[in-house]
Amino acid sequence: MAEAGTSQVGSAAGEASAGPAADVETSASTDAGIAASGDRRPVKIIGIVCNWCSYAGADTAGVGRFKQPANIRLVRVPCTGRIDPLFALKAFEKGADGVLISGCHPGDCHYSEGNYYARRKFELLERMIHHLGIPKERFRWTWVSASEGQRWQQVVTEFVAGVEKLGPRKARAL
Amino acid sequence: MRIGVFVCHCGTNIAATVDVAEVAKMALGLKDVVHAEDIMYTCSEPGQAAIQKAINEKKLDRVVVAACSPHMHEMTFRRCCDVGGLNPYLFEMANIREHCSWIHTDIPVATDKAWDIIKMAVAKARQLEPLQPNEVEVNKDVLVIGGGVAGIQAALDLADSGLKVTIVEKQTTIGGVMAQLDKTFPTIDCSACILTPRMVDCAQHENIEVMAYSEIDKVSGYVGNFTVDIRKKAAMVDWTKCIGCEMCVEKCPAKAPDLFNVGLEPTKAIYIPFPQAVPKRAAIQVEHCRWFTQGKCRVCERVCPADAVDYEQKEEIVQKRFGAIVVATGLDVFPWEDYYHEYGSGHIKDVISGLQYERMLNASGPYGGHVHRLSNGEEPKTVVFIQCVGSRDDSVGRPYCSSVCCMYTAKQALLTKDHCGLDTEVYVFYIDIRATGKGYEEFVKRVQTEFGVKYVRGRVSKLYEEAGKVMVRASDTLLGEQVEIAADLVVLASGIMASEGAKELAQKLNISYDEFGFFKEGHPKLRPVETNTAGVFLAGACQAPKDIPATVAQASGTASKVIGLLANEKLKTSPMIAIVGQKDCVSCWKCIEVCPFSAPEKQEVRPDEFKSHVIETVCQGCGVCVATCPVNCISLKGFSTDAILDQIEEILVS
Repeated sequence: MAEAGTSQVGSAAGEASAGPAADVETSASTDAGIAASGDRRPVKIIGIVCNWCSYAGADTAGVGRFKQPANIRLVRVPCTGRIDPLFALKAFEKGADGVLISGCHPGDCHYSEGNYYARRKFELLERMIHHLGIPKERFRWTWVSASEGQRWQQVVTEFVAGVEKLGPRKARAL
Repeated sequence: MRIGVFVCHCGTNIAATVDVAEVAKMALGLKDVVHAEDIMYTCSEPGQAAIQKAINEKKLDRVVVAACSPHMHEMTFRRCCDVGGLNPYLFEMANIREHCSWIHTDIPVATDKAWDIIKMAVAKARQLEPLQPNEVEVNKDVLVIGGGVAGIQAALDLADSGLKVTIVEKQTTIGGVMAQLDKTFPTIDCSACILTPRMVDCAQHENIEVMAYSEIDKVSGYVGNFTVDIRKKAAMVDWTKCIGCEMCVEKCPAKAPDLFNVGLEPTKAIYIPFPQAVPKRAAIQVEHCRWFTQGKCRVCERVCPADAVDYEQKEEIVQKRFGAIVVATGLDVFPWEDYYHEYGSGHIKDVISGLQYERMLNASGPYGGHVHRLSNGEEPKTVVFIQCVGSRDDSVGRPYCSSVCCMYTAKQALLTKDHCGLDTEVYVFYIDIRATGKGYEEFVKRVQTEFGVKYVRGRVSKLYEEAGKVMVRASDTLLGEQVEIAADLVVLASGIMASEGAKELAQKLNISYDEFGFFKEGHPKLRPVETNTAGVFLAGACQAPKDIPATVAQASGTASKVIGLLANEKLKTSPMIAIVGQKDCVSCWKCIEVCPFSAPEKQEVRPDEFKSHVIETVCQGCGVCVATCPVNCISLKGFSTDAILDQIEEILVS
């Protein structure tokens, strides 16, 4: 649990200005890690997306041939309301370098209100995740509709770039 | 467990970027995988036969197809498995096309990603269980939202097949935009001659109920069993008594904007939009009525021979049940005045919109069909049409083509010559002419050659008034020179937008819409009139701008889809729903609190002992209760927690 040991309760502004050098993981020892220091393996990101909006939005991006970095692996669920925050934490525990959650825009949920329940959970998770030693830049939740192929491309590209800036995680455990 | 993996080439769609033979070979090394092969077109007949053969010969109990998106062919392969003797819910799809080969170019990178995606699908397949769909009774009544030509066509087709139809229209009459048009292209048929008898058919059809001046308030339920709250707005006139004699309209002293005539001339505070209105009933615009604003008048009440005026009338909510819903909410015209300041923002009297010109041309319009300048009433000698106003223009946030303006402009140019004489100078400024329908190109050619309408390729940069004329400044991009025309009348081919309130309606119906508010079809080719919400269908311009022939064709297509759906006495429901492990249920009822569909109920398992139970036919399978349950005793079939976590673990640990 080397990462957690050095986690900061910093303000959002402090974290933003500190940049990668302040990444709590950089001081992690490698003994508990899955990768040696200096490793530049591609970052691996788990995306958990709802069937109706964001999965279909990623389809739309594909049909439109909107090129994206190849670091994301998508898990399809019926609704973001189905997502237990545990899924994101499990992914980090197993070594994911980033977790992206995406669903329907507020008001557009196929099941009327599933995304509102998701919003509460992930808003909370986003605020507390750095207490677990995971910089909040490694976690993002957002909305992408079925017709927003270009937005999906943008979300993926930006998120991957942010995670790449931090680099692969050097420790697996939370 | 015996899993078969089938990796699709999809021609070169996948195989050009993913080494499909290699990943198929690698798949054989996965635990439980006993068969793997790559297939040129897995969805084709030989492809499906190969799956069925392998199910049979290799005794497969799980099938994974790595191909396109499940939104494309999940149902296809489920059916294939079913026919091959495997429970269709023991099938899983790996999307290596939309999510991989189409968005990457580097072969090793794409192959590596495809391999991960396949491993995830296999991991999920291990967790699948055979499922059986339930059946629900079907309500055979149909709701049609919107009473324009799309809604009318769909309603008549449905009603003729014997189904009961309710048309809900927000205006006081059905007819929609088509009722406002003078003639229709490319035949120059009279719009009203086509439409108004169809409106009367709706009113008189024993299977159709027209609910005009009503809107959708709330929608709940699911395919086969929708419950809809319809808000009947207060017309301040008792429509069971009103006979449509227009006496009240004649005597009303208060003026009000006339939306039907696109604001050309005012109407009265109590109004009937046009003589052929269906139903032909009066309504009061209260914000313009003297009784409601000043507390005196009541002239309409005094003159009404039927004693129909009711100032105390309140809106009411009517609840109805339907098996299917057709959305046909049509279009609004782009409000060019708010965007095109270079065209005078609506302050130049002789610059009008295409729809206003329709009303001017129309014999039953405010001017009896007399084409004239609004500034001085004279007949114009020079008329200029400008195309793509609010279409194909990124600067006003409308990049799309409205699809009808080229043709309606050609029609209006012809009618101008017809009304004002062949010697009238008529110019059309265009970007490209899009005349793709049957007989359209020939029509435009005829307008140019036979009627001598001058087409100038170029955008108009500025309109301004000078010496009683509207000066049109533009560039002729074919000749490469500036042109300036002193026009008497300028008509703007204002584009099409989704109708007001489209987004809110989409949210009530849980259907998708694009950034412009047009509703999203299930798939442009495979499911063009369906939405992604079962039982909700689309017709007309609410889906995308389209002309009347395309609208009517789509409406009939929609009707046939609805008839097909409602031909079933019972509908199969998705078995991918929540189930409660009652042994662990602590009766906290959080699932009941969060369920958007009221699917969980308290079930008495022993005297005075209640546990949660999910009503199978009500559950829609969102899984909110699963993620909410504090003791994890609810599972979502097809999306179990193990199935999700195994996918994540598969690619991170290995």
